[in-house]
Amino acid sequence: MTTRRSFLILAAGAAAAPALAQVPANIQALRRAALQEAVRKVTGGAAIRSGKVKLDIPPLIDNGNSVPVTVTVESPMTPGDHVQAIHIFTEKNPQPNVLAARLGPRSGRATVSTRARIADTGIVMALAQLSDGSFWSDEANVVVTLSACLEDGLI
Amino acid sequence: MRALLLPLAIAATSVAADIPLDKRLSGYEFMSRETRALQDDEATGPAVFALLDGEALWKPCAGCHGDAASSMNGVAARYPRFVVSKNAVLNLEQRINACRTDKLKAAAFAYESKELLALTAYVGRQSRGVPIAITLDEKTRPVLEQGRKLFFRRQGQLNLACAQCHDERWGKKLAGSTIPQAHPTGYPIYRLEWQGMGSLERRLRNCLSGVRAEPYAYGSPELVSLELYLMWRARGMPLETPAVRP
Amino acid sequence: MARVVVSMQPTAKRGDVIEIRTLAAHPMETGFRHSQTGELLPRDIITRLTCTYNGVEVFRADLAQAVAANPLVIFTTVATESGTLEFRWTGDNDYIATHTAQLTVV
Repeated sequence: MTTRRSFLILAAGAAAAPALAQVPANIQALRRAALQEAVRKVTGGAAIRSGKVKLDIPPLIDNGNSVPVTVTVESPMTPGDHVQAIHIFTEKNPQPNVLAARLGPRSGRATVSTRARIADTGIVMALAQLSDGSFWSDEANVVVTLSACLEDGLI
Repeated sequence: MRALLLPLAIAATSVAADIPLDKRLSGYEFMSRETRALQDDEATGPAVFALLDGEALWKPCAGCHGDAASSMNGVAARYPRFVVSKNAVLNLEQRINACRTDKLKAAAFAYESKELLALTAYVGRQSRGVPIAITLDEKTRPVLEQGRKLFFRRQGQLNLACAQCHDERWGKKLAGSTIPQAHPTGYPIYRLEWQGMGSLERRLRNCLSGVRAEPYAYGSPELVSLELYLMWRARGMPLETPAVRP
Repeated sequence: MARVVVSMQPTAKRGDVIEIRTLAAHPMETGFRHSQTGELLPRDIITRLTCTYNGVEVFRADLAQAVAANPLVIFTTVATESGTLEFRWTGDNDYIATHTAQLTVV
């Protein structure tokens, strides 16, 4: 039997559905899961340790279209002990990957910089893969602000 | 918005609201350290490609003007300017196009085209560091007054005047962003919001649509008069072209 | 029209770690934006940057849509010997850009 309460909830959901058609209600959960999946693709589920990795990103961002990001990893970068890869991920973008850099002893230092697009306030993560198979990470919480007056398609 | 509008008592031509000359700050001062670094990055900043393209587009101009670094030094800091051959005040974009059509017998570049932005950025770059110096005489004064009136006039559905934000509330927040003083010290700019280069007129049209007013057309007398007033208001401040802004 | 910029010192001491700054002219269209009329603008991005040093790959970056327009990538390499560094960008719609730089190692 459909109670009045559940009918109202269903009706409200149906009325709201067209407005929310573009973005599912559980978008945050979906994006978090996508981030975790992207990380798992790299680590294969192995443990990730904190330390060694330094993610340099402004905590308050003028505009999310171009955000300078630098990742540095403590490492001697010798053939026996070096960083093989640095991955950068975001939590709040439509897809979680930013950049994956392949390094090696020829790199001299374990560092990479770029300018990222960060769609919304949230977590940015840097993940380093070392030659001994270990994974290390650093995270930052960034606040993204937006221009007060947007063009709305007017050029 | 109500909080903004209620306590206001704006005199239409309030000179008292003008920012004192020694209190003027470029938009650069309101940006984060990281965004400033983008502007300062001469080798790989986001405006670099526009400058390289502008350098290539300068070649036909070199026939008369030779090396841009010397011939164009100081030029952008003096625009908008009364141009005798056109009997009108022109902005730099219009001046470049006038030269192209009259002297090179070439087609004018469209407003906001990649070419015009690149060439204007390149010409402007030759005046980086030069203090803005707008000529005030019987030709420019009427246009300046028209620009000043527009700056102080309430417009659009939000019924806001430029002066209310940029003379009276600079430094305060509007929707999370700090309100700058609105000095056009670095145009054309690489705007992070646009993910590309754009002119002062594009930025002014943004502001106008921001207060829900009908934006004036590119190259319109209204926009040129507003540009003249804004550059005069920024007199003495060093040019930063091409600047980076959020 | 300019395609790429590489900023790198032309000479170095053997064993020095040098910084290389690269910039490519590209809109990096994400594939998530819509046009005025509601159509999805298709993805068009640079997906990979490689750097070889006398033929040996010393750096590779895989880029996603979240890299800003006109992608900047900065990395380092050890100045091992004099020679040629070759940079190669590839991406959607058969995008290719290359750049060569000479490094003199003393």
